[in-house]
Amino acid sequence: MQQVRDALAQAGYLADEGLATAVFLSLSLKRPLLLEGEAGVGKTELAKVLATLRGSELIRLQCYEGIDASQAVYDWDYSRQLLHLRAAEASGEAAGKDTARLESELYDERFLVRRALLRAIEPRNGAAPVLLVDEIDRADDEFEAYLLEVLSDFQITVPEIGTYRANEIPVVVLTSNRTRDLHDALKRRCLYHWVEHPGFEREVDIVRLRVPQVHERLARQVAGAVERLRSMQLYKPPGVAETIDWATALGTLGVTQLDEATVRATLGTVLKYREDHERVTDQGVAELIKHAFERSTLHG
Amino acid sequence: MTAERMAVAFGRVLRGAGMRVPLDSVVTFVQCLDAVGITDRNRVYWAAHSALVRRPEDREAFNVAFAVFWERLSAGDDPETIGAESLTLAVDAEDGDGSGEANDDPAVTLRFSATETLRSKDFADYTTDELAEAQRLMARLRFAGSPRQSQRLSPSRTRTARVDVRRTVRSSFAHLGEPVRREWREPSEKLRRLVVLLDVSGSMEPYARAFLRFMHAAMVGRQRVEAFTLGTRLTRVTRELTHRDPDKALERASRQVADWSGGTRIGECLRNFNDRWGVRGLARGAIVVVLSDGWDRGNPEMLGEQMHRLARVAHRVVWVNPLKVTPGYAPLARGMAAALPHVDAFVEGHSLAALEHLTAVIHDDARVDARSMQSARSMQRTGS
Repeated sequence: MQQVRDALAQAGYLADEGLATAVFLSLSLKRPLLLEGEAGVGKTELAKVLATLRGSELIRLQCYEGIDASQAVYDWDYSRQLLHLRAAEASGEAAGKDTARLESELYDERFLVRRALLRAIEPRNGAAPVLLVDEIDRADDEFEAYLLEVLSDFQITVPEIGTYRANEIPVVVLTSNRTRDLHDALKRRCLYHWVEHPGFEREVDIVRLRVPQVHERLARQVAGAVERLRSMQLYKPPGVAETIDWATALGTLGVTQLDEATVRATLGTVLKYREDHERVTDQGVAELIKHAFERSTLHG
Repeated sequence: MTAERMAVAFGRVLRGAGMRVPLDSVVTFVQCLDAVGITDRNRVYWAAHSALVRRPEDREAFNVAFAVFWERLSAGDDPETIGAESLTLAVDAEDGDGSGEANDDPAVTLRFSATETLRSKDFADYTTDELAEAQRLMARLRFAGSPRQSQRLSPSRTRTARVDVRRTVRSSFAHLGEPVRREWREPSEKLRRLVVLLDVSGSMEPYARAFLRFMHAAMVGRQRVEAFTLGTRLTRVTRELTHRDPDKALERASRQVADWSGGTRIGECLRNFNDRWGVRGLARGAIVVVLSDGWDRGNPEMLGEQMHRLARVAHRVVWVNPLKVTPGYAPLARGMAAALPHVDAFVEGHSLAALEHLTAVIHDDARVDARSMQSARSMQRTGS
């Protein structure tokens, strides 16, 4: 576990103990990992880092309403198939061959358009890829059922060609924003982890790791301010992604410590609702900065 | 002790605490234990967490159960006896938690007495026959959201703007690649999700249970309905209500609702709903039905603000108020007045006939819309 944690940290991802355990178990049991949590806590990022870590390809399947097999698994390249027929016709080949053979030529692998799922389980040399099924809750039930099948057997059958089976089971990470409940069957296939906002010290570490150009003092202040913002019952409490954005913005401006003018000017990188802006400015930016300063020196 | 015995025993403890723990999850847990060992508390905790927890709502119960389990285990107890005993411990602890939270509101009944309340206060004005009849009638109502265009394309018989290349090419192979007939696709239709928010506070008491039955009738066999209750806190009852047997479903749902006939903080509940479910996606493009009389002990400004938020993501917001039928009714309840500007349709809901009208409003959008809207607006004028 500690190795997983260290390895993730080296690749630029600071996981807490729970997440590290979940990743470790998912890797050793070869079970998909289902991550849920607020937007911007680094669910998608984890899959990317896992791919870097293993030196394997990241295959991302972004789900959306109405996604179906032809967009997620495979499709035929119809225009090329037609072209092939025409070419055969033009060269006079078509006349010589029997239809059955010509037809079997049409369903050759070279006309197969491989989509994410098929690519992920296709036998390959080298490390098995990391398959990221992003925002699975956006896809509809039918697709979820199909995905369950793929994730159970790790094989896909293309009727005209045959069955593809993974020679090594890929690492699968699913993310969901909980806009609807996933089916229990799918959840049972997976290991589950609810990703939380990081604690203060870990967030400081994350900022320092991801935005090395900012000074430690500023990183601590930013983390302190964000922690305060999260406690303010905002519509959209800032996630880690926003913290990093904010720190980057401040770094770009060459700021070395928070002050009222810069906070006002850069608040848009952290808060994404007008109402949240109002709430924060109403309660006083000075107050926010004061808290941030106090927090940043508390453990320093 | 082996990992198997530990896993099975802990699975039983969790079930006792009310979590769903299917057997294959226990098997997964055993595999996880094999990977992390069974001696380190943190490792076992996180392994159990990965394998057995399926929704964030369960984490609190899980934490309590695990703490009890581990304590007993390290005290040297036989894991198999813990199964039965600590079950009560775990539940007790959770119960204590709930009452602590509810202390500021004396009207809140405790979780495990809720069923009793439900039984003893069956439909005040209905006889048993009427109840059964009402149930039957409710089940016949087609309570479903209006259709909308889906992103999914399906084959079309008529000519549309989109060629179905796949089917065209497929059929052309029968004619040596001559696309004799072109095939078409069109967007299919999908029913909008329906989100029902039921006010279960004291003032809604005579109606809440009838509505709950109505919600159950609406949900059975249909996928895209979500149900919540509002009171002093927000409770999701979708899972409980999907049980086919109405009595079982109602019993489960009422057991789930801790604040039956308690106070009302609709505004706060709505905020909770918006934060955790609605704005995130559940209410997006959905038809949201609020069943409430609008009496709110909380801050009306908050209610107005949250209704506004909800209205911005929802397709339509329908407010069903059983009091609306009262002669001379004006939405004077501060909450109601604050919510009305953000409501698309304002309808009554005191009787079966009114519920029938409601189904019409929900299902067949636009026409009924204009009328209800007009009445909502005039109400608002008299109200303010």
